[in-house]
Amino acid sequence: MTIKHHLTEDLLMAYSAGNLPQAISLVIAAHLSMCDECRARAMAFDALGGAVIEDDVAAMSDGSLDACLARIDTLPQANARAPRRADGILPAPLFECIGGSLSSVKWRPIGLGARQAILRSSDGQATARLLAIPGGAAMPDHGHSGLELTLVLQGAFHDGEKVFGPGDIEVADASVEHTPVAEAGQVCICLAATQGPLKFNTMMPRLMQPIFRI
Amino acid sequence: MTADMEQTDWAALVMRVRDHQDRAAFAALFRHFAPRVKAFLMKSGASEALAEECAQDVMATLWQKAIQFDPERASVATWVFTIARNRRIDALRKARRPEPEDLTWGPVAEPDQAEVFEAQQDTERLGAALSQLPQKQRALIERAYYGDLSHSEIAAETGLPLGTIKSRIRLALERLRHQMDVKAPVK
Repeated sequence: MTIKHHLTEDLLMAYSAGNLPQAISLVIAAHLSMCDECRARAMAFDALGGAVIEDDVAAMSDGSLDACLARIDTLPQANARAPRRADGILPAPLFECIGGSLSSVKWRPIGLGARQAILRSSDGQATARLLAIPGGAAMPDHGHSGLELTLVLQGAFHDGEKVFGPGDIEVADASVEHTPVAEAGQVCICLAATQGPLKFNTMMPRLMQPIFRI
Repeated sequence: MTADMEQTDWAALVMRVRDHQDRAAFAALFRHFAPRVKAFLMKSGASEALAEECAQDVMATLWQKAIQFDPERASVATWVFTIARNRRIDALRKARRPEPEDLTWGPVAEPDQAEVFEAQQDTERLGAALSQLPQKQRALIERAYYGDLSHSEIAAETGLPLGTIKSRIRLALERLRHQMDVKAPVK
């Protein structure tokens, strides 16, 4: 898999710091599952976290070590667990979020032949969804009020000059008004996360927005 | 940087916890890392009582999950940081951070000592670079890791003018990239 479009450093740092909405973290975790380069970059930011944690101390209360030793006596040590792996085109964190394989996804039509499935998220700060766009069709024309990440799982889309294939991630902020169009052929399946509501530029999708929560 | 950080082979202590349930090794790890986790969590916004409780949880997790620690990939400090960060997300946000799937390679019974040393060196070099940064930049990076800066603040504030630290991150990255290539040649 040749991945050409990667995550930005500020996103990798915020992910390492653990300070992103869950939906955004989900897309990042899915991309890291597919992209060794970004995984190594994320691990380098974790190493910076290791240096930060070495920086300062706050005394533990008396007896805390004894309490912890008493506690670990009751804790079994974990065995090697089964590695978390992709299920078909679904990277493990996405598979876990869906709670099943691709066939269990409950798609809803959103017009123009496109379908989506909104995924559960524990905080309301961002929304993750799966998108399926038929080959050659455009995603409904949209801008957005915040960050939007789009990760290709299957097929490809282009946005202007740039082509995004499996594993590629598009990072767009509020200033980008863009129109991803699926490449001819296979249905393009993407995992997208959006901070803030999407803003559609045509009447139809805007009317549907409250209904489909896109 | 403290003298004992340079001298103690923390990874070897975790291996002793893993292989022999060695309580003395665990106690040494606790004395070093628990106060650091507590300080980290307090600066991340936890009360002292919550930070104390969560630091204990983090150390108990280290005991339980010793088998998952890969000293060729990360120093103990880095691993402890990731456990503490995840504990913080659980405690403060009631949400679990989605994690990437597992690599096709993982911890081995007999880690390569040269690799272990290099992983430890990454953290030490980053710590040294951090301490040499101008106070303002250093505070920004720390605040980012305390969860005190949103993503857009990180993007706007730092744009990562990380100075010397950038070259140290690059060194760590080169090492990890090399591991990816060597250990997972096909994907």
